[in-house]
Amino acid sequence: MCGIISVIDRSRAMMDGSRIREALAMMNERGSGEGAGYVAYGAFPDFKDYYAIHVFYDNIHETKDDVDAILKKWGHIEHEEEIPTFDVPGIKRIHTPWRYFFKPDTSLMLRSPTPDEDIITYIVMKVNESIKGALIYSSGKNIALFKASGWPEDVADFYRIQDYNGYIWLGHNRYPTNTPGWWGGAHPFNLLDWSVVHNGEITSYGTNRRYIESYGYQCSMFTDTEVVAYLFDLLVRRHGLKDDIAVKALAPPFWEAIDSMPSREREFATAIRLTYGPALMNGPFAIVVAREDSIVGFTDRIKLRPLVTGEYGDRIYISSEEAAIRVMEPCVENIRMPKAGEPVIGRVYS
Amino acid sequence: MSIGSVPVRYKVEIDHDRCMLCERCVENCSYGVFRKSGNVIKVSPKQCVACHRCIAMCPRDAISLSARPIDYRPHPIWTDEVRESIYNQAKTGKIILAGMGNALPYPVIFDRLVLDACQVTNPSIDPLREPMELRTYIGKKPAKIEYKENESHEIELTTKITKNLQIETPIMIGHMSYGAISLNAQLSLAKAVSEVGTFMGTGEGGLHEALHPYQDHMIVQVASGRFGVDIDYLERGAAIEIKIGQGAKPGIGGHLPGEKVCYDVSCTRMIPEGSDAISPAPHHDIYSIEDLKQLVRGLKEATEWKKPVFVKIAAVHNSAAIAAGIARSSADAVVIDGFRGGTGAAPKVFRDHVGIPIEAAIASVDAKLRQQGIRNEISLIASGGIRESADVAKAIMLGADAVYIGTAALVALGCRVCGTCYRNLCPWGIATQRQDLVDRLDVENSSRQVSNLLNAWTLELAELMGAAGINSIESLRGNRDRLRSYMLDESLMQVLDVKSVGA
Repeated sequence: MCGIISVIDRSRAMMDGSRIREALAMMNERGSGEGAGYVAYGAFPDFKDYYAIHVFYDNIHETKDDVDAILKKWGHIEHEEEIPTFDVPGIKRIHTPWRYFFKPDTSLMLRSPTPDEDIITYIVMKVNESIKGALIYSSGKNIALFKASGWPEDVADFYRIQDYNGYIWLGHNRYPTNTPGWWGGAHPFNLLDWSVVHNGEITSYGTNRRYIESYGYQCSMFTDTEVVAYLFDLLVRRHGLKDDIAVKALAPPFWEAIDSMPSREREFATAIRLTYGPALMNGPFAIVVAREDSIVGFTDRIKLRPLVTGEYGDRIYISSEEAAIRVMEPCVENIRMPKAGEPVIGRVYS
Repeated sequence: MSIGSVPVRYKVEIDHDRCMLCERCVENCSYGVFRKSGNVIKVSPKQCVACHRCIAMCPRDAISLSARPIDYRPHPIWTDEVRESIYNQAKTGKIILAGMGNALPYPVIFDRLVLDACQVTNPSIDPLREPMELRTYIGKKPAKIEYKENESHEIELTTKITKNLQIETPIMIGHMSYGAISLNAQLSLAKAVSEVGTFMGTGEGGLHEALHPYQDHMIVQVASGRFGVDIDYLERGAAIEIKIGQGAKPGIGGHLPGEKVCYDVSCTRMIPEGSDAISPAPHHDIYSIEDLKQLVRGLKEATEWKKPVFVKIAAVHNSAAIAAGIARSSADAVVIDGFRGGTGAAPKVFRDHVGIPIEAAIASVDAKLRQQGIRNEISLIASGGIRESADVAKAIMLGADAVYIGTAALVALGCRVCGTCYRNLCPWGIATQRQDLVDRLDVENSSRQVSNLLNAWTLELAELMGAAGINSIESLRGNRDRLRSYMLDESLMQVLDVKSVGA
């Protein structure tokens, strides 16, 4: 069933990872100790202009040269390191997590309005599809992603996430049914600026995946969640929709509601459903999607998974459970349960 | 004659203890099987086509019918069918004409595909208690939308959405012309689609003025014979369909036997009474894909770009490439007609041997359009061999937006699938123009039967979707992950892009 939690500080004030660790562990009833993860935005101020490419290596000696070669072919590695980890009884170390701070050479991607992103997307798809034993699981600027197979508090301690700071944090407590034990299967999922935590199952995955693959994305992680990141990337970055409109494409109003809208709204809502029908996501889900300046939470069209929001000062919280928010912020205000399909957007002050 | 007569196909028997000599069988049988002789009904079974009209009308259930009362020596290769075709052609020296769809026992792919249902990890959705959306829009769609926000933060759409046909269920009725079927049959179908909120095709026989009240639910067809086509006809239709090919007879044109060209049909079709209406194999103005593009544009221009234009092709090996070419024209939808598609009359050799099944064709067309990144910009309509709501669901999951049904709608009118449509003697008043037979089809009742069928299938579709945890038809479309193949071979599974049961 899975538990999710997220927070954004709209003034970009930093929070360390200790509180989200507590909040996520509070929802252990929703997990099974086989997967947990966190993402922090703003974690690498020293390398904030470089793409932080995170890789799980099955072993370094066999596959790392191949990944290095691809990266060097497409740009410049400013810095690389094994991600510091600390032995914890609950975590079996099956991968070596590595991170690169990378700048693509935009002159290599001709005729693209967004050469940086296109190169990174290409590298992610290429490595994940063709290099066995290496998985790029995060690729955004100034974004740190921590995930493994284990309980949330163990995963947090394994990476010592309290040593990292971010103005956006997402956390996910996993109860796997599809790919238990595989670190790549834990959330959050990330592509470029996008990170996704997801509770649920997408029954329209087959439709969504075929749609997104016709735009050159490769679904390589064997789970339905990655498709959300790609859909947001396509709709928001490539098609230029605002995030609330993207949510309207992914979880649109029912025709009955559209039919009774005033004409201009009706025309727009109809156009979205016609154009983005294959992107419509069905099945039970609660999702939080983060990017550099915002978090967006929404559920499926009949809200088959819980989602609660709260506010405190500059901070907006979105979670599966109110209790988890209260662990992070006991004085939280404006607790709300958004309606099915209604987007909740927390955006930094501009 | 050295060949002699072939054994009768059907044995018709009357239980004289039950028979009350009402003579309904004599009146109803248009093939002349029954006659009254003294105080007994006599039978000449040679005329029988197994249309069941007599059985349906006998008030005492006194008639029984069995097939093949006299066997040939069994032989796996030299089937009865093969032998009789040879006797027939040895006598006539002609092409054998046949009706309905493909009659050879090829495996049915639909019957080797099973559907998924949700349990525990995701809940099924109950259509009795939750909304379930089957509304479908057929037509061109943009790849993306563009909009601007004005000063008061209102959103203004800048992308122009071309006109789509809105259907409340993804089931339409395909093209069966006035001529092939009777006016009462067309009226029954037209009334039904208007009530249900879907569409039907006129076929290539023009639009009889009795159908004008239903024209907003009719798709007018332009075929290679151009029968019945004028500007009035084009403007009346809700959409226009160019018929390039037909699943029952790919590579050849339509065929209406002269027996069925009565006065009224000749007027609607604009041809002489009693003449065979044989459409040319290709359109004489289409010898390449760019010619087709011009015809699409010509029809669009003629109707001031207000009507969606569909292009129907028969399912053959390279349907995918043809469909990709059509998608690049101004056409709004491609109809793919599989080799089980019905027909009023087709050469038997085409009906049974040419073309490919709709399941494989729709899967490969959908895949090709996706590879080229243009799938959602054009609609796909699957037809040819859709027999039940499960077939509709499977066709949509393999990539169709909607389906056309033909034979199934006629069966709802009473058709018994006897396959004798080309003789103008249909005792059900469906595939005939003989007025006394046509009068047997009561439009009021018959249209209710057809709308009942459409509604019943729609309900079943809603249940199947709900069980799959899907509440909108868009999420069923192309969702091959929710299909599994049961005993299909691996190469076909690759074409269909489905996994095996248990995988």
